[in-house]
Amino acid sequence: MSVETERSSTESSAASGLDFEDTALTLRLPGSSSSDTDRKRASTSDPSCRSPSAAASDSPPSPKYAARVVGWPPVRSYRKNALATAAASKFVKVAVDGAPYLRKVDLTAYAGYTSSTSYDQLLAALQDKFFSHLTFRKLGNQEMKLVDTVSGTEYVPTYEDKDGDWMLVGDVPWRMFVETCQRLRLMKSSEAVNLAPRAAR
Amino acid sequence: MSEEDEDQAAPPKRPRASPSPPPDQVLDNVLETVLQFLAAPRDRGAASLVCRSWHRAESATRVTVAVRNILAASPARAARRFPNAHHILLKGRPRFADFNLLPPGWAGSAFRPWAAAFASAAFPALRSLSLKRITVTDADLDLLARSLPASFRELSLLLCDGFSSRGLASIASHCRGLRVLDVVDCEMNEEEDDEVSDWVAAFPGGHTHLESLSFECFTPQVPFAALEALVARSPRLHRLGVNQHVSLGQLRRLMALTPRLTHLGTGSFRPGDGVEDQGLDFGQILTAFTSAGRPNTLVSLSGFRDLAPEYLPAIAVVSANLTSLDLSYAPVTPDQILPFIGQCCSLETLWVLDSVRDEGLEAVAMYCKKLQVLRVLPLDALEDAEELVSEVGLTAISEGCRGLRSILYFCQRMTNAAVITMSQNCPELKVFRLCIMGRHQPDHVTGEPMDEGFGAIVRNCSKLTRLSTSGRLTDRAFEYIGKYGKSLRTLSVAFAGDSDLALQHILQGCSKLEKLEIRDCPFGDAGLLSGMHHFYHMRFVWMSGCNLTLQGCKEVARQLPRMVVELINSQPENQRPDGVDILYMYRSLEGPREDVPPFVKIL
Repeated sequence: MSVETERSSTESSAASGLDFEDTALTLRLPGSSSSDTDRKRASTSDPSCRSPSAAASDSPPSPKYAARVVGWPPVRSYRKNALATAAASKFVKVAVDGAPYLRKVDLTAYAGYTSSTSYDQLLAALQDKFFSHLTFRKLGNQEMKLVDTVSGTEYVPTYEDKDGDWMLVGDVPWRMFVETCQRLRLMKSSEAVNLAPRAAR
Repeated sequence: MSEEDEDQAAPPKRPRASPSPPPDQVLDNVLETVLQFLAAPRDRGAASLVCRSWHRAESATRVTVAVRNILAASPARAARRFPNAHHILLKGRPRFADFNLLPPGWAGSAFRPWAAAFASAAFPALRSLSLKRITVTDADLDLLARSLPASFRELSLLLCDGFSSRGLASIASHCRGLRVLDVVDCEMNEEEDDEVSDWVAAFPGGHTHLESLSFECFTPQVPFAALEALVARSPRLHRLGVNQHVSLGQLRRLMALTPRLTHLGTGSFRPGDGVEDQGLDFGQILTAFTSAGRPNTLVSLSGFRDLAPEYLPAIAVVSANLTSLDLSYAPVTPDQILPFIGQCCSLETLWVLDSVRDEGLEAVAMYCKKLQVLRVLPLDALEDAEELVSEVGLTAISEGCRGLRSILYFCQRMTNAAVITMSQNCPELKVFRLCIMGRHQPDHVTGEPMDEGFGAIVRNCSKLTRLSTSGRLTDRAFEYIGKYGKSLRTLSVAFAGDSDLALQHILQGCSKLEKLEIRDCPFGDAGLLSGMHHFYHMRFVWMSGCNLTLQGCKEVARQLPRMVVELINSQPENQRPDGVDILYMYRSLEGPREDVPPFVKIL
């Protein structure tokens, strides 16, 4: 029951000047022009467009407002999280090298149609929580990096698994990741060279 | 202007040496004595405008100073004018920041100069400090703790962030005369488990002066032994709010130590695994609530953060005396609320989740005849969640609770008829906040916009000062609001309206408007500029996701030099060159602030 209204998971938001019908769920090709008030991150994929099942059917099985807009309905995230902990959720601590404080994220909030979209959403959420001037880049070979656009420092998302080893985020299927992840750490790229190569485990 | 002349009109330029004070000084003394009885902030403000000597007298005697926008006035200015302040309230971020609309770090160091001012005894009589929506660091708290005067008694942090258990430990250990420490709804910094400070144990030994201690939002576990010891040596404690790690058995032990309890935040309200919960049963909890005359002393209950429903009926024994009940963290169902709601005849404030359904609200309407404040919050804050409450519940409340003053109601769908009925049944309404969670949802029975419903509210509720709209609204709704909402001070609008006309209606009609929050509406520069005559009377205007342009905002900044016009960019990558993401403007005596993060531009 956890709700994550971070900007990571969005469809079309209620754009100004559009009437009711226009705000209903529509399928769009990825990369098509967004409306002015669209809160979709440029780098975040559009889950419903990617999903093969949604693309195939005329009326998607998902409810009318599968779209999530930032800060709507207007309930404080503290309250949403508190109610979510009563239900199934998995909060893990997130540390960023160099930042003085930790944050928590609920991994169950990012379940998407594909692993790829879940990871994208997670990274976008991390970006929101820590800095508003981090952007994340997804390189061709599935590597993910977060870049502080002000200082130019690159961060690589890593996680500690049940055995206490530090792994690169993004290797394993999403569900397995949620299962095994104990905590997250955005490590500076320069330090991440010591991590196990991707092929391992 | 001879010294013997006692009848001069102008105030004396030097203190006189004559045996009896001159008439003007007498007047000042009388004024000060009389003004001490004037409490209401608006009255004080009015008195200070009468003339200079009234201004002086009022400033000297003002004990409660509220700086409702921390960026509007500097601490030095406040200290110069109100040197005798006992209680200071500071408010920071705009409310929409609560919903993640404002990027973090927007005004992270706004409190620093105030902390420094407090530390340097700029307000020597300071007794109590209330901070709301302000970023406060551990360093700030430490500075305060070490340098506030011994008369300092109360610290209240509401919706604040930026600090951790370390800051609380500083306060606990150094503020010797502390009577109130309330940490409410704060997003504290996460800490490693082994780094969390045991701030509860940091209170000095021996009896404390604590009267109120609230830490319901504190996420790590507090060592129970230390908590129990603290409560045991705080004989004056009558308000206690514990966090969700405190089990029912532990709560029972704490209650046994606090016979004077009036306000209780119950923690989890579920048995735990510890030694305190061994052999716990319903009877013991019932006893905890019946003992120490609690049915006559307890007036407020909250918490229930992980409710074990089989224990909830225990609160029936105190229900008759309760004036405030907060169940908003407990997914209480209708049959769980029925056992005790029937006895809640004194209830004035009730916060529940929509899990109580229309049925539960009907019961509330039937028994809680004195209800003044109601909040129905969503269990599942999604636009497409299951519909648990509807117009049926709203209508029932309006028919049963005629004295209702304030309502916040989340629902999936609503009808105009129900809103109109409420406007007719509840003429005392001062706050009407309806949140139909589906954006642009019309009246689900007639298919019409919700214009008539909101129109009826502003028309019939003449005391209305705060309004939040939702659902499908055309410009007509705002025509009504502008025409009838003459007492409105705060207005929140989201996903509504058709054109600039709507904003024009608001700005030209609502003559008492002070706070305006708008998000995702088709309002542009024309609408904004129609309010130029009024903006100086307002505390702030927030417009995000609208159709404003840089030119329009620049025009406002140009014509109103005392407004600080901030353009905030919440999405650096996705930006039109001249489009405005968030406009946040506020009047300020200090001009544009200096510490401005990269995503903020001040015009």
